[in-house]
Amino acid sequence: MNLLEVNNVVKQYSGQLALDGVSLTVPKGTVYGLLGPNGAGKTTLIRIINCITAPDSGEILLSGKKLSPKDVRNIGYLPEERGLYKKMKVGEQAMYLAQLKGMTKHDATKALKYWFEKFEIQSWWNKKVEELSKGMAQKVQFITTILHDPDLLIFDEPFSGFDPVNADMLKKEILALRDKGTTIIFSTHNMESVEELCENISLVNKAHIVLQGNVAEIRASHSTRTLLVRSAAPVTSDSCEIISQNKVNGVFETSLRKIKEMSNNDFLTELMKQTEIHSFEELLPTMNDIFISTVKNTENINSRL
Amino acid sequence: MTKIGIIIRREYSSRVMKKSFLLLTFLTPLLFVAMIMIPLWLSSIEDDTIKNIIVIDKTGIYHDALKSNETCTFLFSDAPLDNYKRTENKKSDMTAVLYITADLSKQPDAVKIYSEKQVNVELKSYISGLLEDYIQKQNLNAYNIPNLKEVVEKSKTKLDVKTIKWDAEGKEKEASAELALIIGMISAFLIYIFIMSYGSQVMSGVLQEKTSRIVEVIISSVKPFELMMGKIIGIALVGLTQFFLWIALTLIISAGVSSFMGGSFNPEALQTAQQINMPGMQTNVPQTETQAMITDIYTSLNGFDFFKTLVLFIIYFLGGYLLYASLFAAIGSAVDNETDTQQFSMPLTIPILFAIYAAIYSAQNPDGPLAFWCSLIPFTSPIVMMVRLPFDVPAWEIALSVFILILSFIGTTWMAGKIYRTGILMYGKKVSWKELWKWLTYK
Repeated sequence: MNLLEVNNVVKQYSGQLALDGVSLTVPKGTVYGLLGPNGAGKTTLIRIINCITAPDSGEILLSGKKLSPKDVRNIGYLPEERGLYKKMKVGEQAMYLAQLKGMTKHDATKALKYWFEKFEIQSWWNKKVEELSKGMAQKVQFITTILHDPDLLIFDEPFSGFDPVNADMLKKEILALRDKGTTIIFSTHNMESVEELCENISLVNKAHIVLQGNVAEIRASHSTRTLLVRSAAPVTSDSCEIISQNKVNGVFETSLRKIKEMSNNDFLTELMKQTEIHSFEELLPTMNDIFISTVKNTENINSRL
Repeated sequence: MTKIGIIIRREYSSRVMKKSFLLLTFLTPLLFVAMIMIPLWLSSIEDDTIKNIIVIDKTGIYHDALKSNETCTFLFSDAPLDNYKRTENKKSDMTAVLYITADLSKQPDAVKIYSEKQVNVELKSYISGLLEDYIQKQNLNAYNIPNLKEVVEKSKTKLDVKTIKWDAEGKEKEASAELALIIGMISAFLIYIFIMSYGSQVMSGVLQEKTSRIVEVIISSVKPFELMMGKIIGIALVGLTQFFLWIALTLIISAGVSSFMGGSFNPEALQTAQQINMPGMQTNVPQTETQAMITDIYTSLNGFDFFKTLVLFIIYFLGGYLLYASLFAAIGSAVDNETDTQQFSMPLTIPILFAIYAAIYSAQNPDGPLAFWCSLIPFTSPIVMMVRLPFDVPAWEIALSVFILILSFIGTTWMAGKIYRTGILMYGKKVSWKELWKWLTYK
């Protein structure tokens, strides 16, 4: 079942197209990656989903119903450019933001107590925001985003400003939220975390979606048919060209590209006849590679047009 | 509570709890009372030491004129003036030496007062008064006309011009043009100060939210218009709180001070005193200058419609504030930093400044064309109308001016909302007036 459906959304800013016929569907309980270079239109799309701006045409469905401003109660949004009132105390501020989301004082207090204990930051409650470091403030912002237990969470570059330990903790929390059934839209430039977290992605460039689908399928479809084989002795084959071959600690590492159409199993069988195979693995392109090549391709097409 | 209520509460409490607000609110009435009370208090302190004045009268004719009383003792001496110059001959309780060398009716400057310390004005005028009276009596006697003194006394007259206003039914109201003007000017200045200071508070508040990027977080929960109105209303309440606290504290402090000072400034006492001292009887009851002045003020205050002025003050204060505050909010949302605000707030501060000048000129000619038009134009009316109010502006003019003001602030708020909505999410873009106009037309 799809939690969010974006159908053919168009948005124009003073003659410039920010989004041109963008459609995507986000299945419930998954992490969805929204990727794209700066200025591609991601933030505009996120703002439309948050009812901050309205699309010129097209429609947004949340749980099958047309999105209305009332639905912001069920959405949590952590913007990329985020801040807090510097002079306000952490606890007071978290309460304020929670109440603006429509939580009662009682519920907000309970939820805040739970999360502050979980993140072990109870002692910050009476501190002013200006006394916190950037990473500390980010933690508070993360809590205020998820506090009202929304169905849809939108994170825009959530890991910026976090040290690796806290980034890892955050990742675990995001996955825990997904396992609980929360749907998450995740906008980032960090492709490693996309591979790690996202099930599906949309790559936006110049107001258009240039790549969309399941992460595993996308990577498989972008396969350059490159294989890495570790073996006891050098391997060779007619059906492939060898890119490199090294001996590392008495083991031969060969990377090769298939030139003939054949299944990995058949190819492995052929190699097994030659020598002892320690490992056999297909090298799928990283999301980073796919991102760069796709964006470059579309830009070339655009410049040719 | 509604979302806008939550925002108003935060804007209000975060400002009212600030130390600067508390200081300003509690110190200003103290200053205000001190400014009025200290000079009055100082003038009421009476010097109760007895002044001993040595009189060296070469003519010997002023012995009768200089009569000692409880504050001032005249001691006649024949010793030469130089005797008193020398320290060893000075008596410790001697205040001054009055030295008369010739007949003053013929030679008015033949009198001098010598002293070590500056002789105060009161003593000097007391002595010269005594001498002048005596000389005048002497001169009158020289004419040899019987009862001349009484005739002259009767011919003297002191004018007391009172201004009386006729209201619609022709009833008379005693009023003081000067006082009405003062009250009008004070309320005009108050509105001016409130619009300027609270308007720029709205602007910097919006700008802070924008630069700290908290606004991105908040507008995913509330509509930008709600956020803007919450801020404007919250700050308006701060202004009203300050205004009423000022009035209440000024009243409390002045009541406290006057009871401490023996009730001499108690309004009721003065009013009853005034009722007893009807004209004609006034001469019989001794009255000090200050008392007379204060009584006068209270009389004219009776002819002044405080309730109407207060209600209209609040209407014009709120109307003017809402008109400007929403525009200030729009500017705060459109710019990226403090320095840009100055450039863009110019078109707002100029009409406010103009209004205060127009108010000063309108005070001189409250029914002139400048006063009339400026009290209808919404950008100046809150300030100019306050000055005109004491001069009995026709009701239809007030109604029309308030009506235009209300329509205008609805209009500016609507416009500001449009600019604000786009502006708060726009970063790093140098805005121009053309750009702002474009934002107005966005869907």
